[in-house]
Amino acid sequence: MPMTQGTFSFLPDLTDEQIRAQVKYCFDNGWAVNIEYTDDPHPRNTYWEMWDLPMFDLADPAGVITELEACKKVFPNHYIRISAFDSTAGWESLRISFIVNRPKEEPGYHLERNETHGRTVQYTLRPYATQKPAGQRY
Amino acid sequence: MATETAQRSAADRYKAGVMQYKEMGYWQPDYEPSDTDIIALFRISPQDGVDAVEAAAAVAGESSTATWTVVWTDRLTACDKYRAKAYKVEQVPGNPEQWFAYIAYDLDLFEPGSIANLTASIIGNVFGFKPLKALRLEDMRLPVAYVKTFDGPATGIVVERERLDKFGRPLLGATVKPKLGLSGRNYGRVVYEALKGGLDFTKDDENINSQPFMHWRDRFLYCMEAVKKAEAASGEIKGTYLNVTAATMEDMYERAEFAKELGSTIVMIDLVIGYTAIQSMSKWARRNDMILHLHRAGHSTYTRQKSHGVSFRVISKWMRLAGVDHIHAGTVVGKLEGDPNTTRGFYDILREDFVPRKLEHGVFFDQPWASTRKVMPVASGGIHAGQMHQLIDLLGEDCVLQFGGGTIGHPMGIAAGAVANRVALEAMILARNEGRDIKAEGPEILEKAGKFCQPLAQALSTWKDITFDYTSTDAPDFAPTATAMA
Repeated sequence: MPMTQGTFSFLPDLTDEQIRAQVKYCFDNGWAVNIEYTDDPHPRNTYWEMWDLPMFDLADPAGVITELEACKKVFPNHYIRISAFDSTAGWESLRISFIVNRPKEEPGYHLERNETHGRTVQYTLRPYATQKPAGQRY
Repeated sequence: MATETAQRSAADRYKAGVMQYKEMGYWQPDYEPSDTDIIALFRISPQDGVDAVEAAAAVAGESSTATWTVVWTDRLTACDKYRAKAYKVEQVPGNPEQWFAYIAYDLDLFEPGSIANLTASIIGNVFGFKPLKALRLEDMRLPVAYVKTFDGPATGIVVERERLDKFGRPLLGATVKPKLGLSGRNYGRVVYEALKGGLDFTKDDENINSQPFMHWRDRFLYCMEAVKKAEAASGEIKGTYLNVTAATMEDMYERAEFAKELGSTIVMIDLVIGYTAIQSMSKWARRNDMILHLHRAGHSTYTRQKSHGVSFRVISKWMRLAGVDHIHAGTVVGKLEGDPNTTRGFYDILREDFVPRKLEHGVFFDQPWASTRKVMPVASGGIHAGQMHQLIDLLGEDCVLQFGGGTIGHPMGIAAGAVANRVALEAMILARNEGRDIKAEGPEILEKAGKFCQPLAQALSTWKDITFDYTSTDAPDFAPTATAMA
């Protein structure tokens, strides 16, 4: 089952043209665009690896597409996401974050139930993929 | 009239007996409110034969220091400072029986950080005052000096998004239906299907507490099984607003602690628990990394009619101070009351850091929030996927769109209903970001998305003609072009 984190995970995979339009939207709003990748799809895995620094001074979406292509070439079977950071006072966080590449096979998650006192259950979520060491997962 | 008061000797002013409020110092047309004054704007409907200025002065008096007769003990205090001052009275446009009264209150009249204390003055005795037919608190200007005495929302929009890892689109929710009567086991089924299908949140309704058909612990246990199972199915953070509303604070804390123990990200309370209980729960939520959802149960008893009560824009301000993270604030297009301009005013008050005076939205004062965290408005009640373009256009992306019937009533089932809503939402955000005019092209965008998403196509055909088009009872008094009133 595909993991559905990100702003557009319920749509068909975005085309380059669609990605470019979203990046342009980010630039038009003055946000810095960032490319990140991971092979750990746990929803609490906040810090994906950064593909270089956020592109603070870029104005042309083509630059992002070039970087994305380069990232995909190195990590063709990783999750890759594009996110945009808004430094405006009172926000200072992401404004959008969407997946632009995913592994061919997504084995999903195991839900571990640790039964404690009474009927109380402590739940732990484990991506099947992370049973293997980083770099050997997909 | 102010000069009359000033010229009168103190001995004369404090002679035992009854005197008009406007002559006791509660009407000061020359008064310039200071930056730290709290200002209240009341809509007053004086009884026949009662002068509007005297009525306004009476409201100022009764909501601050006055009683019905002169008391000599005033002279033991700095009574001029503590008297609220009505400083402006203006006729409501197009309504000869109603007046807007502006009243300024010194900051020292209020205990820091207490909505209970603020409301005991501002909406206390004065609402039953005989010389008035009706009274409505329309708006308040809360000075930064006062705002900063409150912690504000426990989480706020930005941190909520970070915690849930959800950006760039409204969040999606659904209230479990039927709202009463399901057993815990069946109730959790609705939660699981809806979250697995693609919603971010499900929600208890306001009156689900701990009834014979479902004890609260059963609800919490089954709901969290459903939430965690849906997280495993999607790899996303999910939540269900576990309603901890109960008869006593001790019960509410017990329920909230259990929700925390089970790993819930969010708990819920009803407005009817009262301001003090809301502030207590906000402080609990802050200590426990919990998002706090507020269902505004009961508000329409005093917010809906324009002549009497408290405007919801004031309730919105109080709740941002009191520290809730979510509040139901209207949908405009759904089944519940909501004029578009008035609703826009509520959303601005909840979400912006500075809200400028805008009469056509019913906002009478500039309101600085001084970095108080933002409250996520929740749109709920009679909305469906076919309205997605209107909802995003009217409400923006920092809100929760709550489709209860519009998820659970889907002909192919609950999960299909959730898929339909999520696809409609993402397709519309994608199109908006691409620069398309979603207001005009919305139906076409949805129809196209329905081509790759059968559940959306079915949702559109099931609910395509459902609208709730009734005249609003709470529209602004000023047309968009009005420049009246400085």
